[in-house]
Amino acid sequence: MPDDQLAGAASAAKRVLESGDVRRATTRMAHEIIERNRGLDGVVLVGIQRGGVWLARELGAEIARIEEREPGNASVPVGSVDASLYRDDIGLRPVAPGSVSELEFDIDGATVVLVDDVLYTGRTVRAALDAIADYGRPKSVQLAVLVDRGHRELPIRPDYVGKNLPTSGEENVSVTSDGVEIS
Amino acid sequence: MSQPGQQQSAGSRGARSLLSIDELGAEGVFHILDLADHMAEVNRRPNPKVPALRGKTVCNVFFENSTRTRLSFETAAKRLSADTMTFSVAQSSLNKGESLRDTIETIAAMGVDAFVIRHGSSGVPWMVDDWTQASVINAGDGWHAHPTQALLDAYTVRTALKRTGGLEGLRIAMVGDVKHSRVARSTTAIFRLLGADVTLVAPRTLLPPMVDEPTTEDLDALIEDVDVLYLLRMQRERMNEAHVPSLREYTTRFGLTPQRAERLSPNALVMHPGPMNRGVEIAVDPAELPGAVITQQVANGIAVRMAVLFDLLGAGPGSAETLEGSSE
Repeated sequence: MPDDQLAGAASAAKRVLESGDVRRATTRMAHEIIERNRGLDGVVLVGIQRGGVWLARELGAEIARIEEREPGNASVPVGSVDASLYRDDIGLRPVAPGSVSELEFDIDGATVVLVDDVLYTGRTVRAALDAIADYGRPKSVQLAVLVDRGHRELPIRPDYVGKNLPTSGEENVSVTSDGVEIS
Repeated sequence: MSQPGQQQSAGSRGARSLLSIDELGAEGVFHILDLADHMAEVNRRPNPKVPALRGKTVCNVFFENSTRTRLSFETAAKRLSADTMTFSVAQSSLNKGESLRDTIETIAAMGVDAFVIRHGSSGVPWMVDDWTQASVINAGDGWHAHPTQALLDAYTVRTALKRTGGLEGLRIAMVGDVKHSRVARSTTAIFRLLGADVTLVAPRTLLPPMVDEPTTEDLDALIEDVDVLYLLRMQRERMNEAHVPSLREYTTRFGLTPQRAERLSPNALVMHPGPMNRGVEIAVDPAELPGAVITQQVANGIAVRMAVLFDLLGAGPGSAETLEGSSE
């Protein structure tokens, strides 16, 4: 891509969430995960490579912080899954796997909360569901995303949403712990 | 962004191929080694199989004997859910006088996505690559090249020494029949490409006439200083050509004897591409050498070949960087 095009894209970036908003959304989602899974028995967090991994860690840390007020509750295990070998667009576009999957706990019978930064077509989540199934048979799978930008192409819906963000298909959403930008 | 109807940027010969380390280049090598980490994780699972290459067909065409390379490629393809075919020369129409080109074109017409080729003559994989639109993987051609062996060797050193980047600063000795060894050629190339210092240790009769690397006939002078001791197979058939006076003398001067094993640094890796001639190039039990990674080489071969197959058959056109970002 020519440089002037890149510069144009960068200047058109619109910040829709600040770092404080991201932090508050994460805290609220952590509360919702605790509320819905009373006691957090058998709950594990699994971030989808790459963008879901930091968010899963944040949620795990947040849950540990909240739960410390109630003694006797251990924090939830956090892992990551790389779904690139399960995608449905292999061969259609380049695949760049993130880091290697790290699931150091038993998936059989666990309540898996899949975590990603942006939910868009739903195809990454479908691939991640297939990947998880190769490690075991979870009791149930829930989905937590920081941003739901719409345009689903599969029957997939999130259980925990940080922010609903209507976008057009041409726009690009980038998420970090510093905030969310649309360009 | 590509326009509708615009040609995709594949080469003029069709699909991409892996023919030599030089053509792959440092960037390509690092991409394969990083992918191999993912494949190794798949191989550690109770069910070591992923659906990545469903619907793809890989055909092994081996004109030379091979156990580990052929089985390794077949296992790699199956773990990625590709279908495999094995072309056995002994039962083929080549014995009825069909030319190699006609044979390849006939198999290609059955719908093959990749040919894995081993041949006794140097350059055959390049010829096949010109004849077919399918990907071609060189699984050893004559004395020339064996790029997947080189990749698995580099991957083995990298993982055994827990490195994430290249092999900068490592001192590596390649010992034995360098002249007739495609493994020596490809593995030396990849070690140097990744920044290691390679020394060739061989009798002068078993060195090619021109080499870029430093050479020596004195293994004892450097054995204490090497980080990796790579033993090449002494090809017994070469004995007829009188390159060495006797196998016993070869072992005395160039073999890994118990005395030399004592002098190795405790962290030094000992590698061998197999099949091993016990008592010739390796006169100790490798199971008793703390630094021996010879069985890891075999295990890593599957992960690396999965990475190669996935890179050639699974990656779409264009740069791998475009998937970056979180629009999906």
